[in-house]
Amino acid sequence: MRYLPHTEEEIAAMLDLVGVKRLDDLFSSIPDNCRKKSLNLPDAMTEWELNLHMDSLAESMAGPPAYKVFLGAGRYDHFIPASVTHLLNRSEFVTAYTPYQPEMSQGTLQAIYEYQTLAARLMGVDLATASHYDGATALAEALLMAVRKTKKNKIAVSGLIHPAWLDVVNTYFAPGDCEIIRLPWTKEGRTDLSVIEKREDLAAVAIQSPNFFGCIEDLKAAGKKIDAIKALVIVSFTEALAYGLLKSPGNCGADIVCGEGQSLGLPQAFGGPGLGMLGSRSEFMRLLPGRLVGRTKDIDGMPGFVLTLATREQHIRREKATSNICSNNSLCALAAVIYMASLGGTGIRQLAQLNHDKAQYLKTELKKAGFNIPYSSPVFNEFVVEFQPDFKKIYDRLLEKKIIAGLNIEPYFPELPGRYLLCVTETITKKDMDALIKEVQL
Amino acid sequence: MNDNSVAGGLILNEKMLWERGKKGRSGFSLPKRDVKECLLDHELTGSGSGPDLPDLSEIDVIRHFTRLSTWNFGIDTGLYPLGSCTMKYNPKTNERQAALTGLAGSHPLLPSDFSQGALELMFKLEQFLAEITGLDAATLQPGAGAHGELSGMLMINAWHKAKGSPRSKIIIPDTAHGTNPASAALCGFTPVHILSNEKGILSSEDVAAVMDDDTAGIMVTNPNTLGLFEENIVQITELVHAKGGLVYCDGANLNAVMGIVDMKRIGIDIMHLNLHKTFSTPHGGGGPGSGPVCVTKMLEPFLPVPRVIKKGGKYILSEEFPNSIGRLLAFHGHFSVLVKAYSYILSMGAEGLKKASSLAVLNANYIKEKLKDLFHLQFDRPCMHEVVFSDHKQEQNKISTLDIAKRLMDFGFHPPTIYFPLVVKGAIMIEPTETESKDDIDSFIAAMRTIAHEADNDPEILRQAPSKCKVKRMDETTAARKPQLCG
Repeated sequence: MRYLPHTEEEIAAMLDLVGVKRLDDLFSSIPDNCRKKSLNLPDAMTEWELNLHMDSLAESMAGPPAYKVFLGAGRYDHFIPASVTHLLNRSEFVTAYTPYQPEMSQGTLQAIYEYQTLAARLMGVDLATASHYDGATALAEALLMAVRKTKKNKIAVSGLIHPAWLDVVNTYFAPGDCEIIRLPWTKEGRTDLSVIEKREDLAAVAIQSPNFFGCIEDLKAAGKKIDAIKALVIVSFTEALAYGLLKSPGNCGADIVCGEGQSLGLPQAFGGPGLGMLGSRSEFMRLLPGRLVGRTKDIDGMPGFVLTLATREQHIRREKATSNICSNNSLCALAAVIYMASLGGTGIRQLAQLNHDKAQYLKTELKKAGFNIPYSSPVFNEFVVEFQPDFKKIYDRLLEKKIIAGLNIEPYFPELPGRYLLCVTETITKKDMDALIKEVQL
Repeated sequence: MNDNSVAGGLILNEKMLWERGKKGRSGFSLPKRDVKECLLDHELTGSGSGPDLPDLSEIDVIRHFTRLSTWNFGIDTGLYPLGSCTMKYNPKTNERQAALTGLAGSHPLLPSDFSQGALELMFKLEQFLAEITGLDAATLQPGAGAHGELSGMLMINAWHKAKGSPRSKIIIPDTAHGTNPASAALCGFTPVHILSNEKGILSSEDVAAVMDDDTAGIMVTNPNTLGLFEENIVQITELVHAKGGLVYCDGANLNAVMGIVDMKRIGIDIMHLNLHKTFSTPHGGGGPGSGPVCVTKMLEPFLPVPRVIKKGGKYILSEEFPNSIGRLLAFHGHFSVLVKAYSYILSMGAEGLKKASSLAVLNANYIKEKLKDLFHLQFDRPCMHEVVFSDHKQEQNKISTLDIAKRLMDFGFHPPTIYFPLVVKGAIMIEPTETESKDDIDSFIAAMRTIAHEADNDPEILRQAPSKCKVKRMDETTAARKPQLCG
């Protein structure tokens, strides 16, 4: 086996030193009734056999550039510069582990400190953590933080948070006694906060912007309403790029901000890994779950970086830790900081504006073509359109033409048949959109 | 080993990212604008200047992060014997497979007819992992080992609830991983701590003493964090089951026993695996990992959704499992990590996996034999894939485990895990893994022996270590007292 360097002679010499005859004798401490007889697995493949097999699996997948994919809903197709991929593939980054020994990990540590800084700036908060598994788990952790901070056991979440994220929140909260209240939405496609008025028993209210219908929430107004009932304001997002253009949640009054950072230089990769972003105002520092990198000095006074505030973590506090998180998505955070650095403040604004404008074009043209756009609130790069209830037939015909015409939201909202969530990023051209518009009218 | 074999290195200084930027630069080619600009309401967009990110050119970005990378030590750089973390070599073909356009570029909400390849890969990987553990079914959804622990605890909780008798406690030995009690607590359980015996393993009497009708089960790590096989595991699982409890196994140490131990036979009900350890997927500086969970048939209905199933010859994602604990991630797990683990298993085959475990155990026992005259060994027994020494012998010269670890850096090795497990005071936990050759292990042993000699004769050199890294010993106390987390 090419990954195992031992020669037969070396094995014999080492066994001799250890004082046993055969490799199997190394397992003498394992009782016979614990043994596995054999492993039923395919025969080992050579490297080129593996290539052929994996190529065939990959070729069965529909994706860009062959397919024009108008799917978003939490995963977005953005262009990734070769420089990002190249840097990310440097094996000093890829094959390292948690920087437990700072003197040998300054590269990862400085990069993550830089990620924390740029992520905080993008979200408009004082602090950002070194990443979480994905946006949905970051939201669940944010809600747990709020419950710990306020000692109240009711939380309210917008019904327009991504349905899969709501599922994750429900999973995390299932064993406890915390009540989760799901908020309705207005006919304009924004969270309806009228139902929380005077409810001072809520630990936090979480809303997503842009929300699952693609609509941008009025965060400032929402924040004021939530502040008025003394609940924490949690803002989540599935499309980090939106904050290249939109006023940041922190600047709109959010206490905790969490979201998915996949758009910042990570491939869609069938949904994972993503990048859970989480940040807050500085007063929540010691309640933040997961890892933090801090700046410090060495014994000669030279600046450097270390993992810090570890007393919040399970290594030390075990069952009293702020969360059970050990590994995070560090490499994904690295991709995000490289991507943000490649775009810069000017570039990210322009790219976000272009995403918005393209979606706006498709939305306007579909409206012109006679389709209903049910929600009037402004959107970023995705929106809901109402096709005819039997649109499924047309959808399937489009699939044959290598167009994936968005996401049918009926499985998530059975009361909304015929409604599709369409997403347009910079990778979709006007020509692609014109082709879609033409096809849906046939 | 008197002449340090590792040179000082070419270490270039580098400013912070934002100290390099100049307004007006860009490292990104913006796509051509083919639609007209359409401005959003000022109320939503703010000042109009965009977030405060530095503007850099492509070469600025490349130089910055390339320099940073050279300050890092990875498994491709050298021996990384971090105990309990299984830092084995990460085959390069795995990266090739995960980067295939069809896989890396695919959207998770594609209609299933258009994502058969990804679904087939997930379906088969679940089967492979179930086969390797001896259990019946698996979920690939958890995003890391600790996330797998949480899902396991949620399943145990749900199983007891479904039986109509919820329970509140979980037994956790002192040789468990640090995340175990936190995962149990997050799920609402009260951890009940028990101690390992004089041989470093659990005795069934100690488990029997605390196992009662309100205890949901036990969370064992096997092999445990002392690198020892829990020889009484069958008696322990039998008595936990007899009292209506379940047995969770933290599978972080599976690298010692692939193809050797049958987890179902020994009474394990639920077990998580760390693909980023045993299955050669890179740790990525701290993630993404992946923590699949394997279960027996009885617990299969509780696995997270969606699950990949085969229907009419095709793979689909199904949510129709009413007893499921629900969803753990927005989509289907850390898919690109799954691709790498799948590629690894296909590259190794059954024989290769078993051999990997055998050689991992051989390497650890070899190190144990070669160092036990100079470093204290609290449990001198045949070990599995890792061996735990301590600083007990060096203490007389006021040399600590930390000093030993830092000095190892000067010889070009990543230090082992230190001060863990807590059972051994001043622990030095060495896990070489199977991908290290005898030559490289001999060099490591030589470095450790030199350090032991220095501790006796020139202890100051250890206290001043490391001397050849980018920075010297870091002031972690000030970092925690006056946290500076943002630039």
